[in-house]
Amino acid sequence: MLGTKLQVGWLLLVVILRAAPALAQPPDEDVGAALSQLREASFVDKERIVERLSARGDPWVRPVLAAFLEDRLFVRQSDQHVFIVTSADESLASLQLIDPRSLAGAGSASRDDLTKIGTNNRLRKRLRALVARFDLASPSAAVRLAAVEEILRSLEAESLSLLRARSSVEPDAGVREQIEIGLGLAALDSGDSRARLDAIAALAHRLTPQVRNRLAGLLERTADGGFAEPDEQVRQAALRAVRAIDRWRSFYGLVETLFFGLSVGSVLVLVASGLAISFGVMGVINMAHGELMMLGAYTTYVMQLAMPNHIAASILLAIPAAFFVAGLIGVILERTIIRFLYGRPLETLLATFGVSLVLQQLVRSVFSANNRSVETPPWMSGTLQINGALSLTVNRLCIILFTLVVFAILLMVLKRTRLGLDIRAVAQNRSMAQAMGIRTNRVDAMTFGLGSGIAGIAGVALSQFTNVGPNLGQSYIIDSFMVVVFGGVGNLWGTLVGGLSMGVVGQLLEPYAGAVLAKIFVLVALIVFVQRWPRGLFPQTGRAAESQA
Amino acid sequence: MSSAQRFFTVCSFAAVLSVAGASLAQDTIKVGVLHSLSGTMAISETTLKDTILMLVDQQNKKGGLLGKKLEAVVVDPASNWPLFAEKAAQLLEKDKVAVVFGCWTSVSRKSVLPVFEKDNGLLFYPVQYEGEESSKNVIYTGAAPNQQAIPAVDYLMKDVAVKRWVLEGTDYVYPRTTNKILEAYLKAKGVKAEDISINYTPFGHSDWQARVAAIKKFGSAGKKTAVVSTINGDANVPFYKELGNQRISAEDIPVVAFSVGEEELSGLDTKPLVGHLAAWNYFMSNSAPANKAFIDQWHAFIKKPKRTTNDPMEAHYIGFNLWVKAVEKARSTDVEKVLAALPGLEVPNLTGGTAKLLPNHHLTKPVYIGEVRADGQFDVVWKTSATVPGDAWSDYLPGSKDIEADWVTLKCGNYNTKTKTCSGQSYK
Repeated sequence: MLGTKLQVGWLLLVVILRAAPALAQPPDEDVGAALSQLREASFVDKERIVERLSARGDPWVRPVLAAFLEDRLFVRQSDQHVFIVTSADESLASLQLIDPRSLAGAGSASRDDLTKIGTNNRLRKRLRALVARFDLASPSAAVRLAAVEEILRSLEAESLSLLRARSSVEPDAGVREQIEIGLGLAALDSGDSRARLDAIAALAHRLTPQVRNRLAGLLERTADGGFAEPDEQVRQAALRAVRAIDRWRSFYGLVETLFFGLSVGSVLVLVASGLAISFGVMGVINMAHGELMMLGAYTTYVMQLAMPNHIAASILLAIPAAFFVAGLIGVILERTIIRFLYGRPLETLLATFGVSLVLQQLVRSVFSANNRSVETPPWMSGTLQINGALSLTVNRLCIILFTLVVFAILLMVLKRTRLGLDIRAVAQNRSMAQAMGIRTNRVDAMTFGLGSGIAGIAGVALSQFTNVGPNLGQSYIIDSFMVVVFGGVGNLWGTLVGGLSMGVVGQLLEPYAGAVLAKIFVLVALIVFVQRWPRGLFPQTGRAAESQA
Repeated sequence: MSSAQRFFTVCSFAAVLSVAGASLAQDTIKVGVLHSLSGTMAISETTLKDTILMLVDQQNKKGGLLGKKLEAVVVDPASNWPLFAEKAAQLLEKDKVAVVFGCWTSVSRKSVLPVFEKDNGLLFYPVQYEGEESSKNVIYTGAAPNQQAIPAVDYLMKDVAVKRWVLEGTDYVYPRTTNKILEAYLKAKGVKAEDISINYTPFGHSDWQARVAAIKKFGSAGKKTAVVSTINGDANVPFYKELGNQRISAEDIPVVAFSVGEEELSGLDTKPLVGHLAAWNYFMSNSAPANKAFIDQWHAFIKKPKRTTNDPMEAHYIGFNLWVKAVEKARSTDVEKVLAALPGLEVPNLTGGTAKLLPNHHLTKPVYIGEVRADGQFDVVWKTSATVPGDAWSDYLPGSKDIEADWVTLKCGNYNTKTKTCSGQSYK
């Protein structure tokens, strides 16, 4: 078995070595002419030219192809020469030119004198595959890994022979593993059923869709009624492998849904924890809570405007800034309106609803009614590939962590600080707290400011997921109240558990019911739940709570 | 002076002014503009109001029309669909405008339709729509489904070899009708039902992770997959962001959108969108001299050199010129005479060709497919070899393929060629 493998390998190596001189010397043609043809060629012709160029072994080929892929290949209008530019950034008035043949600097040219050589999706895909072939020999293991993964997306004879050649000299285990997958997939086409069986055994624990689809392809029937795979034994092995892969994939699918649910739930917890303070602890129905989140999101936008070159830093700085802005507005709101309405929940509801409209219109007047675009720092986009079947999006991981951190800090403030002690004392028994010398007025303002500030922080997080516009708050206010009521008014842990479980249940339902119906189901379930347990998941107990009820 | 007295003084003063205004306006031709200037649609529609103001201004500089100046009457229906009907009635009955340019969403058009038919007004509707309609009183200058959706699917099927289709839309009339037509079309082309996935989300949907994961899964079955998106409004931003997050590039699963244009892209971070597609009858990046001139005029008029132009603006440009030409031909602004003069007229479009008004009140239009560039503009990757005549009633839906619209010979918007009857102005 090993023998045949080796034999095949040797044979191919010999073939490659024979072919190598031919690769290095393509039919004699003027490279300059080929490059200048790119200028006016159709996308199909461009692809052909690129293929021809890539067959050359010259050192300039990869840089030219990479530049073409990255939209950095330009034609100078004055003499119709093709150049690579170092950066085509929009803010640059003149671009630095590089001669594509010698790779030496060739001065600079103004943007108006240069025309970009365009690409389309198909051509970009081709270029990516061709550049990946060159990258197989890169000194960096990460680049080689990416190259092998790129090649695996569409296996071809030439790239396969490159993989074979590479597999014997590849020092990195991770890269070698990926190469094995490619060679295994190729071995499924082998004429020897033994080799095919070995390949299936090697591939059986790979969960990527390529492997699964290729194995499932063996089980399909061809047009003449026979199987794509003639050997019964191989078919059985493939069937077993596909079943095992499918089991694992559906398991990881469930893990992914849970992850989605937790991330949606984290957003809910984040938007609701501010409300858990102002509504849960103080009993104020604050309809402007959503608008405080909106202000937090706009603070993020303003911070980005202030420091356009440091997106990541601007978001980190936006967190305290949004806390301060929203908290300040909250304190002003409490001092000027809400404190006159304590004990009159309906009036509070109406007044804060009015405030929410005022804040929306204020933002419309200052920033216009259009949505503002808030950029996401590069490290927050993309995915964390766990295995072939499961990948987690980085921004959702960030929000889960962020929520837990905010929640922990909030809990610390309430349980471990003087302010927290005062807040709890006033919430439990206002007159007794007053008698003990606590300035309840001040504590009310601080409590409301804390809740508002947390709403502002939630706004910073929301700016990364949803549109930053005047209506941002409205879409979250109902959800926040639902979470607080479900979790139990006045209990932070209830908010956490309630928010997370509502997120998970919603996401579990969504694939079957659709986004709208899933939401309706959650709402109906919540109504039923509150009918049975009117005080939520974690009702407050004790004499103070009883007397409040 | 009491406040009541003051009120009456102000009122009578205003009345005097308006009478004076009316007497001054004796020899002007009134042009109604019915676009939302506030509310959710203001973002898109305000631009169209400005476009008409610019065209009116230019026409007046050329000496007006029939020796009279044009006067734009602007009203604000505030993205409120019933208010559209009220404002339309105000324009037609009180202001007695000769023509109205307006509406964006299909629901606003449906709302004003009875008003225009009752008062025999004339409406130029500039936005791509779902078809299945042809009114005597409406000129549809936007694309019908066969001028946008069907060519886009053809392109994906032939040039990109797409085998599996996700039809993703916002939940309202335009996406639902368009997807119904596309589903019938794809099935007629031999696509199996299991290779089509249709899904709707509400307006303003922002949590796309589950949907995008489902698209990713649907697309990993080993066949080339594409998404045909009729997602409307700002739900597009988190949708494309999530595609980028889950590493679905345009090279793997391209998304072709029918409601995403230069105006929509100008407000957002376009990096995750590069390579995704849009199908329109006009792109700002078109290099035709007529387009360059139009963009210059637009920037000079709006006084903002960064403002974009888009497809519905071109539709208004064509519609306005058609109306001017028809009025000159009829030597009158009377709606009946203008409607009789309109079919068959041909005016230049902005992409170097001409647009001809067909008897079914739709235009001939070229169709372009563009890929989004990093700067928010589009690179045209495909276009139809000739202009496509707009088809009011889709040939792919069982109920509508026998229906024909012809306001020249048949004088009917929904003539059934099988039963040889015209069911009048009522639409099913």
